[in-house]
Amino acid sequence: MIQIEGIGNQTGKKFWRSLNELSSTPKFRQWLGQEFSEDVTDLLDSGSRRRFMQIMAASMGLAGLTACRRPVEKILPFSKGVEGLVHGAPQHYASVMSLGGQAHGVVVEAIDGRPIKIEGNKNHRLSNGAANVWAQSSVLNLYDPDRSQKVIEKGKESTWEAFQVAFKGMSLADGEELRVLSGAVVSPTLAGLRAGLIAKYPKAKWVEYEPVNEDESLAGTELAFGDRLRPQFDLSKADVVVSLDSDFLQLDNPGLNVIREFARRRKAVDSMVPAGHATPHKTAAHGEEHKSEPKAEHKESAPPAAGETPAAPVGPGINRLYVVESNFTLTGAQADHRLRLRASDVSSFAADLAREISALPQGLKILGQSDKFLSVVAKDLLAHKGRAIVIAGPRQPARVHALAALMNQVLGNIGETVSYTRPTAAASGAGIVALAKEMAAGQIKTLVVLGSNPVYSAPADLDFGAKYKSVPTTIQLSSELDETALASTWHLPESHYLESWGDAVSSDGTVSLQQPLIEPIFKTRSAIEVAALLAGTASPKGYDLVKSQSKLAEPAWRQGLHDGIVAGTQASAIKAVANAKAVEAAIVAAPKPAPGLEVTFFPSASSYDGRFANNAWLQEAPEPMTKVVWDNAALVSPKTARELKLEDGAVLSIERRGRKVEAPVMIQPGHADNSVTLTLGYGRSKVGRVGTGIGYNAYALRTSDAMGIATGVTVTKVARTYTLVTTQEHHDQAGRPVVREASVAAYKEEPAFASHEDAHVELFQLFDSYDYSKGNQWGMVVDLQSCIGCNACLVACQSENNIPVVGRDQVSRGREMHWIRLDRYFTGGEEDAQVVYQPMACQQCENAPCESVCPVAATVHSPEGLNDMAYNRCVGTRYCANNCPYKVRRFNYYNWHKDIEEVSKMVFNPDVTVRMRGVMEKCNYCVQRVQEVKIAHKVAGRTPIQDGDVLTACQQTCPAEAITFGNINDPNSAVAKLKNNNRNYTLLHELNIKPRTTYLAKVRNPNPELA
Amino acid sequence: MADLTFDPKDVAQLSPSLVDGRPSLHDVTEAVSIHTEIETHRNWYIALAISGSVTLLLGSMLAYLVATGIGVWGNNNPVGWGWDITNFVFWIGIGHAGTLISAILFLFRQKWRTSINRFAEAMTLFAVACAGIYPLVHVGRPWRAYWLFPIPNADLNMWQNFRSPLLWDVFAVSTYATVSALFWYVGLIPDLATIRDRATTKLRHTIYGIASLGWRGSATHWKNYEKAYMILAGLSTPLVLSVHTIVSFDFAVSIIPGWHTTIFPPYFVAGAIFSGFAMVITLMVIARWVFKVEHLVTITHLENMNKVILATGTIVGYAYATEFFIAWYSGNPYEMYTFVNRAMGPYAWAYWTMVSCNVISPQFFWFKKLRTSIPFMFVLSIFVNIGMWFERFVIIATSLHRDFLPSSWGYFRPTIVDILTFFGTFGLFITLFVFFTRFLPIIAVSEVKGMMIQAEHEKHYLPATTGSTEPVKVH
Repeated sequence: MIQIEGIGNQTGKKFWRSLNELSSTPKFRQWLGQEFSEDVTDLLDSGSRRRFMQIMAASMGLAGLTACRRPVEKILPFSKGVEGLVHGAPQHYASVMSLGGQAHGVVVEAIDGRPIKIEGNKNHRLSNGAANVWAQSSVLNLYDPDRSQKVIEKGKESTWEAFQVAFKGMSLADGEELRVLSGAVVSPTLAGLRAGLIAKYPKAKWVEYEPVNEDESLAGTELAFGDRLRPQFDLSKADVVVSLDSDFLQLDNPGLNVIREFARRRKAVDSMVPAGHATPHKTAAHGEEHKSEPKAEHKESAPPAAGETPAAPVGPGINRLYVVESNFTLTGAQADHRLRLRASDVSSFAADLAREISALPQGLKILGQSDKFLSVVAKDLLAHKGRAIVIAGPRQPARVHALAALMNQVLGNIGETVSYTRPTAAASGAGIVALAKEMAAGQIKTLVVLGSNPVYSAPADLDFGAKYKSVPTTIQLSSELDETALASTWHLPESHYLESWGDAVSSDGTVSLQQPLIEPIFKTRSAIEVAALLAGTASPKGYDLVKSQSKLAEPAWRQGLHDGIVAGTQASAIKAVANAKAVEAAIVAAPKPAPGLEVTFFPSASSYDGRFANNAWLQEAPEPMTKVVWDNAALVSPKTARELKLEDGAVLSIERRGRKVEAPVMIQPGHADNSVTLTLGYGRSKVGRVGTGIGYNAYALRTSDAMGIATGVTVTKVARTYTLVTTQEHHDQAGRPVVREASVAAYKEEPAFASHEDAHVELFQLFDSYDYSKGNQWGMVVDLQSCIGCNACLVACQSENNIPVVGRDQVSRGREMHWIRLDRYFTGGEEDAQVVYQPMACQQCENAPCESVCPVAATVHSPEGLNDMAYNRCVGTRYCANNCPYKVRRFNYYNWHKDIEEVSKMVFNPDVTVRMRGVMEKCNYCVQRVQEVKIAHKVAGRTPIQDGDVLTACQQTCPAEAITFGNINDPNSAVAKLKNNNRNYTLLHELNIKPRTTYLAKVRNPNPELA
Repeated sequence: MADLTFDPKDVAQLSPSLVDGRPSLHDVTEAVSIHTEIETHRNWYIALAISGSVTLLLGSMLAYLVATGIGVWGNNNPVGWGWDITNFVFWIGIGHAGTLISAILFLFRQKWRTSINRFAEAMTLFAVACAGIYPLVHVGRPWRAYWLFPIPNADLNMWQNFRSPLLWDVFAVSTYATVSALFWYVGLIPDLATIRDRATTKLRHTIYGIASLGWRGSATHWKNYEKAYMILAGLSTPLVLSVHTIVSFDFAVSIIPGWHTTIFPPYFVAGAIFSGFAMVITLMVIARWVFKVEHLVTITHLENMNKVILATGTIVGYAYATEFFIAWYSGNPYEMYTFVNRAMGPYAWAYWTMVSCNVISPQFFWFKKLRTSIPFMFVLSIFVNIGMWFERFVIIATSLHRDFLPSSWGYFRPTIVDILTFFGTFGLFITLFVFFTRFLPIIAVSEVKGMMIQAEHEKHYLPATTGSTEPVKVH
């Protein structure tokens, strides 16, 4: 064991620094405390959030000097050189991020030893090179100045050594009075240590709890199959998808592969019509219009090439998605048909649907409404046996999951579109209920919490906070000084996953290795290191623990580290047969859903279950559907709002069983009536400066028996109002052809419908165009068919391009800085609303209106067709932004990076300028990435850049592959091919500004029978 | 058969007297110069204290702005220009009346301009000074604002973008400021010499002596002076049209619906003259009362200006109507939406304020009684100024806040800093006037005298008082 010699540690040889120290007067001790340590109370009591946001842009701040904290023997100056390290060149390492019960395979980009960017791991089946918002944002948490940095004992600063001594002194005996509470244990190493701990303290118990969990799903499979199994979806084979309150594309997403498979099937609509011929003006790159006309004629006169013959549709074609849900989720936004239904009525719908497809006896008529919808869905499912899938959402009770399993079985989907595997982690609400009981009974003397924050997130009926305080010794390991840290005897700072060794099993069973890219910035340890310490393992070093657990020999271990995954670990499907009788019995036994208002609990698209509350990137990322930033809202339908006399910004007091939450209302078109959607993860009373005190705490209403849906609530309108800040205030397209959409039938009839919506105007250009026919000409195509609006591109862009965070107040003034925004438009009425998304960034117009009006030529065109920004030259007249028809330019109204400390800048991408106040900025197609690739090719002897060599940050991370970027001069590039797609259209074509970004129109696949 | 009988009334109509009460030449000199010579009045200090404080407020607001960032204003995305450019165009427009009076009316031999031109030219200069602040400080990095000028500098090492209307603005406004200052100064020289000659102290004699450039009033001086004045008038004349034309290009050259219209140049020029004359009325009504020069700046002068206000106000109203017609006639949905949104959208209050003040209120000047009523014209001139400020605000804010893509639509709200900065520019404007009235002759003495000599000649057969046909005794 390491013993630090000197102050506060009387073992070993005693050294002294001064006579004062030797005399150890109180005055000296006071001085020592002031000089060398921040007062812990200062850490616990930080300034106001708004003030902080004014000062610091990206909630990065004080982080320790890594160089100082690194063990001395590892420091090598750059002048000496580390083998293979090129100063300033990015290095990429595979790793894995565990989140809840899930594991995201990531590739981390590090420059000069500091991780700056998270990307998806291509080798990882679930991430497939994409990363979601949480993975993207996690790098910001690493440099969070509010991270827990010190061991704290009863509010006073302590040390790891002191904790170890204290822990040794605890009389744990056989562990009867010892409990360990952790999140879902997805780490095999941690699971191994758990076994070791139990072996050492046989009567100890280890409880797993995740506030956002798959309890109901596992219980459902147990009901259906008699075995707790996890469904694995294969949407690539599914022609008909039915979602029963499952937001499988966003909040309930089991893996990014599901998004990718779904999006590919949406894009498969292209195979249903003959390949497209680009309308001449669509290929903006080739100068004047008439030049390409002869080509088109030539095409027609030539014998049709193999792929161009108007042949019968090939491939599987577009799928059809039916969604039944209460809240309007991103999955609902993609639906071809969406039935808004109170969440507690979904189980009845599911039962009716099961009866309709003969999975349940015909006599069982539960709901009796939505007959048309129900019968059409059933008919469609029956028509696609083995090529359909029914997915149930985690908020739904077990019987709905069982029904989904049963329906999938009856339809022959099991083994085709859905399979079942055994889950590793067993996080369950039941465990924490039992734990609370034991705590109340005083049976627990020592409670260890590993990386959880139960005081905040435990079910409200457990009154966990009070019980936790009654336990004599509580030890919490956490990366934040959170609600639980305040209540703990010992608080231990936890390492970030980018600083520590670890491993994780993904939901499909794949084992991934987590390797650190940086020494712990603060004196932190990982969960496995602490668990090893508790279990008394001989070598508590993370590396040794993980390596020995993996049982991999050297080449395989290195390969595993390189790939990020251990090959061949994917779980194999278990043959499961559902028991229809058991399911039927459960349905019959289930109580009828109570009428009246209900409340549903969703994880937040930003703070998830609350653990990302202090992440400013996520707080500023607009909630995808409501576009609310820095807050959570209570969502209600327009009809319910009218009944309750609510308007946007009214504050609703929601009461259930004596518990009360006050939440600001947002009226959500398409929301189910008599239902209020609450978002978890806000209302944190103790977290860093970013996340403290924003929003309401929905956990206060969430009891252990109603973790997903709570009925029997009463609501009253409170006198005060609260303004929710959104980034988009206009919901419709004002009758303009912004997002172009058609049904499959209309699309088949007129494949190029989108470009036909252009205004028919004669385009006139005063000056000759620049000749863009040579060299690399960068262009982009965004497929609105596959974009689900998940914000991954937005956060990726923020991370890649050092985009500042401005805070709630500044967003309310319209000064958010995101270079890409996800425009969301509602179509249809307020009840049958549909939603379309349109990622909107700089379109790199060839005739850029911004360029001609800049008096100092700070924004100019590159020969490769990029609309470049010269930040140094910009004086900030803002004329360019005014003249931008897409309004994608962003102005630095303040110095968003003011007062940021040197060490806080570690998250910045050194390849991208950090912009000062008073200059304009905007998307530039990640020009730094373009240049990097160009230089590499130049160094390699002027080799031509291949398609796919340059990926923009947004493109790279998009799980739906909605963004395609490349050289439009290369006819074989993916982007050039897409520019010839039937669905391709140019937004604001009539302005003749020739944007390089074009869009592929959206096609929905409505069932003609529901028309 | 025409009646060739000589009637004094006809002569009065042909050549009306521009000065009331038949003062002697010396009286005029006294009336105008006295303000620069008497001991400073307590009220002057009070006026300076008030306007100076407001100017200091402007200074502190600008310092705060430069130290903190444009964020202290209400500007946002999509409304990148708010009160800054609104106020710039507003002040530039105010200045136009001065140039029009000095140059165009001079060339058209509109003699009635003589007693107001000095004042109006001063107003031009001070308004341009106020206007000039905004383009400099509204940029994100004001310490780099000099990059807009084509001066050789190591920082930029390149030419400006000559395609940008903002650059044209730089040339237009700086030329305008230079020529206006020169014109004003040249006109001042004989009067400065008068004050020099009346100087009782060495200091005054020296300062006014230097400023009057050795004017002795010789025939050669007068000849050169008249020529120079004529040339400068010739130079200024196109500027009256060009400056606001170029300012309107800031908008017209863009592609934003509501900005991108060809009517802007004439519409802006008319609006500028409209607002400028209104401002002259506002100031003149006060000044002629304070400095007791009602006999030099007569009701006739004011009435003539009111006629110009009526004419230009009607042109402006016609332009508003034309904009709507073209928006509809163009068939361009964006254009149509912008104009419907102006009249019915979130900024409808601003639009209707503008229409009421600019189109409806000047129509009262069809009535001579109202046209010659001092209180009425004073109130109305303020209405016009409010209306013209709103015109610029409506053009800028309503066009920007909702353009092409509804997703980017927003709303502009001014901050307290916006408001105080604008308020502060009035402080600067008034302060400059306060100094002007203290140290310089507020009426062009030599020119007024020129008009009087004509009157002297006519006195043998004409009654000197305008509008009166009663015979008067000749001294």
